[in-house]
Amino acid sequence: MSTIFKLAWRNIWRNKRRTLITIGSILFAVLFAIFMQSVQRGAWGKIMNDVVNFYFGYGQIHTKGYWDEQSINKAFEPTDQLQKLEVEGENINAFVPRLESYALAAFRQNSTGVLVVGTHPEREAAMTNLGDRIIEGEYFQTGDKAVVVASGVAENLEIGVGDTLVLVSQGYHGANAAGKYPVKGLVKFGSPDLNKQMVYLPLAVAQKFYGAENKLTSLAIHLKDKEELESTMSFLKSELDTAQTYEVMDWERMMPELVQAREVDAVGGYIILFILYVIITFGIFGTILMMTKEREYEMGVLLSIGMKRQQMGIMIWLEIVMLGMLGALSGMVAVLPFVYYFYRNPVDFGKFSDDMKAAYERFGFEPIFPTALDWSVFWTQAIIVVIITCILAIYPLLKIRKLKPVEAMRG
Amino acid sequence: MAVIKTQNVTKVYNPDTIPVHALNGINIEITQGEFTAIVGPSGSGKTTLLNIIGGLDNPTDGYIEVGGQDISKLSDNELIEFRKNNIGFVFQAYNLIPVMTAKENVEFVMLLQNRPQAERDQRVKELMEAVGIGDKMDKRPSQLSGGQQQRVAVARALAPKPHFILADEPTANLDSKSTANLLDIMADLNQKENITFVFSTHDQRVIDRARRVITIDDGLVISDETR
Repeated sequence: MSTIFKLAWRNIWRNKRRTLITIGSILFAVLFAIFMQSVQRGAWGKIMNDVVNFYFGYGQIHTKGYWDEQSINKAFEPTDQLQKLEVEGENINAFVPRLESYALAAFRQNSTGVLVVGTHPEREAAMTNLGDRIIEGEYFQTGDKAVVVASGVAENLEIGVGDTLVLVSQGYHGANAAGKYPVKGLVKFGSPDLNKQMVYLPLAVAQKFYGAENKLTSLAIHLKDKEELESTMSFLKSELDTAQTYEVMDWERMMPELVQAREVDAVGGYIILFILYVIITFGIFGTILMMTKEREYEMGVLLSIGMKRQQMGIMIWLEIVMLGMLGALSGMVAVLPFVYYFYRNPVDFGKFSDDMKAAYERFGFEPIFPTALDWSVFWTQAIIVVIITCILAIYPLLKIRKLKPVEAMRG
Repeated sequence: MAVIKTQNVTKVYNPDTIPVHALNGINIEITQGEFTAIVGPSGSGKTTLLNIIGGLDNPTDGYIEVGGQDISKLSDNELIEFRKNNIGFVFQAYNLIPVMTAKENVEFVMLLQNRPQAERDQRVKELMEAVGIGDKMDKRPSQLSGGQQQRVAVARALAPKPHFILADEPTANLDSKSTANLLDIMADLNQKENITFVFSTHDQRVIDRARRVITIDDGLVISDETR
């Protein structure tokens, strides 16, 4: 076998120029493919991270059926079991308890519909960085009886820090909900939708307002490591009664439209990669055709002196796969500095244009796109090249199968 | 005892379109240790006969027995095994593997036979010295002259200890001196190791050295002379 490997390796370098051109074409295809995939994955990773960290968290626990109805009547009481899971879950930093429902907000002659979120101020700040979004006034704390209002809501109501906001709603199981709260701070979100409707209350204040003492509509899961999301969700699902009592949802199930948008974009990328690889496939096939044709005579000689067709097939297969692997490995090595550079120094589109920056911020994320330093992207390209070369190697194998020594040596 | 025996061997190319009758019923017997030349003009059928004897091509009809075995009944894989273990080929164009050194070329068939390293090393050394290129072991074919390449080809053909050597116009590309050297080497090996040599040739220098000359024309044996 080592002789066949040695022969295959030497055969590759018989025609150095052709080999280098073939390797070069594979190198550029792999380089482009890896860079494109890394940019795409990096950008989507950043978008997902921004959106998920913006409000939802990577996962949530609700009463079963809450996410479809999103009614306060589906609120639940945090049990000892839930508190225990928060401690026992290896990758759970904390649960962020929330009570969420809609209300009518009013100030003087103005009123608007808002989403009132009762939350644990410190935990909320730790997970979504809500405290960092304060543009006026101060962030609230547990024990405060005050609201933090989104800047869009404040604009609509013409309300400012220190003014009193009136909230009216229907509480838990139809109870009347009404209250007035001083505005402690204003927060600004990139997303206009969030900006026009968010009002935050400390959890206990919101529970009292909605008549839902000690009740929650969701527990957002603050993870230690987002890569461990799947195992954490499995852990929670296995510990909780998800058949009848709870639903444990990850962000992909809560925001399917975001997942779809990512998939649509990925499909676009795959189409470009497909076209690229089709071109490369023809390039490699051209080399294989030439290589097979010009070595027909030699193959006839090898058959004559006693080399088996299988041995010759392995040798040619090795040559083609090694050619592909050399190109793929060179491409991987060549692209690494570029991917690493843009991973460490993400492209900031905000620097190029204020309009672009504003457009991205409207959708709730920063216009900064790092590449993803994901080895699976690298290896996937190598595997694709190996698969292509393995398929293309069928051609010389078929030729060898049908080769007749006398005809081959006749030329 | 005959190591090669053919009975009414015929070969027709393109039987369904424009038939070309290359062999029209060849009957020959070659015994162990012969130094035989098959001669005839171009297109007479000598290379076709050599190919059929060597198991490289199948006859259209007839019987071929090589080493007591009817080779016309062997499968493709069996024929490859048969060639590897029984026949050494020397070609007009040397046909060495260009990416291998002279030593590796000679050793190659023994590698295919899974012979042990020590045996291979010793045999290669012996043969390369016997053909007079013991100092060219690590040279690639492109670094050798035509005569030297053909000597490597002879050593390669002898390496697996075949029952006989089939040489198709081995001197066609060689100058007089190289031809004489090569024929000396082959005659010497024929004498010392009792290896059977069968040449197809129209080179008078080879014909002069052969101990038996079979002449064929139009696919038929027209004379068979033993000297």
